[in-house]
Amino acid sequence: MPDINEYGVSAVEQEREQFRSGERRRSILTSIGSSLAFIAAVVITLKLSPGWPRVRESFFSAEYFAMAWPQVLDGLWLNIRVLGVALVGVAVLGTSLALIRMTKSAVMFPLRVVARTYTTIMRGIPMIVTLYLIGFGIPGLDLFGRIDKAVLGTIAVVMSYSAYIAEVLRAGFEDVHPSQRASARSLGLTTGQTMWHVIIPQGIRKVAPALMNDFVAMQKDVGLISTLGAVDAVRAAQIVVAKTYNFTPYVVASLLFIAMSVPFILLNDWYSERRRKREQTGGMV
Amino acid sequence: MAELSSTYDTSRFGDKVLRIDNVVKRFGDNTVLDHISFDVHMHETVALLGPSGSGKSTVMKCINLLEQVNDGQIWLGETDITDPRENQDSIRSRIGVVFQQFNLFSHMTVLNNVTLAARKVHKWPREKAEEKAMGLLKRIGMDQKAKEYPDRLSGGQQQRVAICRALMMEPELLLLDEITSALDPLLVGEVLEMVGELKRQGATILMATHEMSFAHDAADRIVLLRRGKIAENGSPEEVMDNPTDPETQAFFAAYNRV
Repeated sequence: MPDINEYGVSAVEQEREQFRSGERRRSILTSIGSSLAFIAAVVITLKLSPGWPRVRESFFSAEYFAMAWPQVLDGLWLNIRVLGVALVGVAVLGTSLALIRMTKSAVMFPLRVVARTYTTIMRGIPMIVTLYLIGFGIPGLDLFGRIDKAVLGTIAVVMSYSAYIAEVLRAGFEDVHPSQRASARSLGLTTGQTMWHVIIPQGIRKVAPALMNDFVAMQKDVGLISTLGAVDAVRAAQIVVAKTYNFTPYVVASLLFIAMSVPFILLNDWYSERRRKREQTGGMV
Repeated sequence: MAELSSTYDTSRFGDKVLRIDNVVKRFGDNTVLDHISFDVHMHETVALLGPSGSGKSTVMKCINLLEQVNDGQIWLGETDITDPRENQDSIRSRIGVVFQQFNLFSHMTVLNNVTLAARKVHKWPREKAEEKAMGLLKRIGMDQKAKEYPDRLSGGQQQRVAICRALMMEPELLLLDEITSALDPLLVGEVLEMVGELKRQGATILMATHEMSFAHDAADRIVLLRRGKIAENGSPEEVMDNPTDPETQAFFAAYNRV
């Protein structure tokens, strides 16, 4: 029996733990030191640039920041609403497209072709072109009377993002082990029930990090509806810029968009980490 | 262990629960099953043996309608299940199936796994389904794990829950497709013990397996497949202990060496 100290740990383990905590302290100090050095380098470079005072005035002016803040924040509310509606729209259309592409029955053949063509074309078109086509093309048809720019923008965002999400979801659904489908079918579940109760919930879990990443991308891309003239955060910033010839409002808009995405980025990291841990410890024995 | 499977009354179908009649299955030019015929009688346990690639899994898949036969017929009771006019979903719910692995739905608790078919296919109220499922789980000592997710269970526990799920709707036939092949050897025993118990209670079982000694002790009959044909069909004593065919002798001798 080796010597045991008052903590119930042998002298060897105590010595090892001492060494490890020394290492930990050293690595924390190193990271603080390197971060400070990096920040100093950036600050010094900016200070040394001859044009820095002008750039600081046009992008980081406290006065214009305060002036633009309420209007841009007001505009952001539109972005949030558009995002909420687009999220539901993308979920429904994206899942439908993915499911249609996975069907095998002969009846569905034309729909399969449509879905495939749709995802191929929509992923290829730059989103701004889709926005123009929907935003200016549909009103140009003179069919529906006057439609709000924000509504048209939302439709364009949904159309564009559904194509990407459909492919991500399809990858997730196809990644579910064939035995799971076979198990469900042999319990007597119909194809539809198998999809709804087994394949979809498992497939979404498999691609959840990718989906959340696309959601963060969509969060800032809803800012593109400003190109149609809808007064969102970006457009509100643009209006102030046009009046003042100062770019600080854009920085305001950026900060707000970042603030909006941070919770989801953290959520995504947390979820991926939790899943990684679970997969490493659990699983089949 | 108390009674796990209530015996399904199949008397009106006669003694044969499953009848495989001249079944042919091809994948492209490759004939995997070449005019296979055998029966499974009520309360009988039949072990389907054969080297890898002999067609065991294909037989199981054809019975479970995961593969379509190219010729011949398969009868479940008095239903020709190869008849495309029959409702495949209702045939499937008359057969309980357990696969090699990934049987349980990983996003559902043990209890939801076992009750899924009752609730969604047979439209039982949740309470009724859960009461029955808890009864089944209790009998295999898994009722404490009812609220757990499958990844918290050992492989052996997962397979026993999968068998419970297959028994839930009192199937006429239980298909076990190499259910211990993906398990740690130490966990195989508990699963085989459960199968033995089901057999004693009168379940009708067709199992594909590589567990030779289990097949020998538990099965009433051995069907040995070789190159897509039935090489042997008889009692374990005839087929395994005293085989006359040299190839059959070599097959079992190879297993005895490992």
